[in-house]
Amino acid sequence: MPITTPKSAYMAGLRDGAPFMLVAGPFALLFGVLATEAGLSVFEVMSFSLVVIAGAAQFTALQLMQDEAPTIIVLISALAVNLRVAMYSAALTPYLGRAPLWQRACAAYLLVDQSYALSHGKFEAEPKLSVPQRMAYYFGTCTLVMITWFGCSYLGAALGTALPQNLPLDFALPIAFLSMVAPMMRTVPHLIAAAVALVISLVAVNIPYSLGLIVAGLAGMMAGAQAELWLKGRDT
Amino acid sequence: MTQIDQTTLWIVIFGLGLGSFLLRFTFLGFVGDRELPAWLLRHLRYTAVAILPALVGPLVVFSGENGDTDPTRVLAAIATVAAGMITKNVFAAIGAGALTLFASVYLLG
Repeated sequence: MPITTPKSAYMAGLRDGAPFMLVAGPFALLFGVLATEAGLSVFEVMSFSLVVIAGAAQFTALQLMQDEAPTIIVLISALAVNLRVAMYSAALTPYLGRAPLWQRACAAYLLVDQSYALSHGKFEAEPKLSVPQRMAYYFGTCTLVMITWFGCSYLGAALGTALPQNLPLDFALPIAFLSMVAPMMRTVPHLIAAAVALVISLVAVNIPYSLGLIVAGLAGMMAGAQAELWLKGRDT
Repeated sequence: MTQIDQTTLWIVIFGLGLGSFLLRFTFLGFVGDRELPAWLLRHLRYTAVAILPALVGPLVVFSGENGDTDPTRVLAAIATVAAGMITKNVFAAIGAGALTLFASVYLLG
């Protein structure tokens, strides 16, 4: 179905975002369970999920607070884990930058891996979309994921420790991220960027405060951009 | 495991919320519709394919206890990537990864 109006764009986003309910769900559930086990009340768990909306950063903060790390280290580490959203924000700006400020503020609040990955892919594939259509698609990708995120955070907190202990829920996040990134490997520079980032991330794993992630990400981006330039130069 | 201090918890929740929003808003909000330079756009094309593998790589390779490698996690990761690259379908990739994880935990774990 071609996208002709903001409404059809919203519906397309809703459809494309739906599979990620299966991804956000277990992860939010797990956060609710683990945070409750760490002594947080349901109200505190929900505040955390509503205010921050960042799975990996929330887990990082939870872990470090239990280790009694200094508050400033908790904040810096969790924000470093979440630094990639600044790059997502920059990557979406060429497509959404002309939307009204209040819409951009809402979009920023809802910017997560899923909404970024789906929207950026869509905007690249269909450059003719208008700004309102892009915004509608973007909010479509967020809707079900966010409902699931908040709902399952609550469920996890309410269930507490009632879940079976041997469920391998810890691996929901890696599977989620890999399933998102694998279909993006469209060109050789994309593959090179991923390979370089992966290798550096393993080498740099001991760099403190999750900064290894940032170093690896930047190295991957530079490798991809360079590879693109080289391949272009060879063609012409 | 120790009880988390209430004051610390709320400082972290609101500090993290505010910080995350600023990270998300920086470019979308403050840069707006100004033209971004070509070199920056060229790098930004590779944000997701660089950051996501970098985030996942250590979680897969150092997935066991004490930072060992847990073969069930590695198998699940390979199945996810292979299915995702072949089918270009997120659902198929998640399904392949989850099935492989459950099967290998059952058989190996």
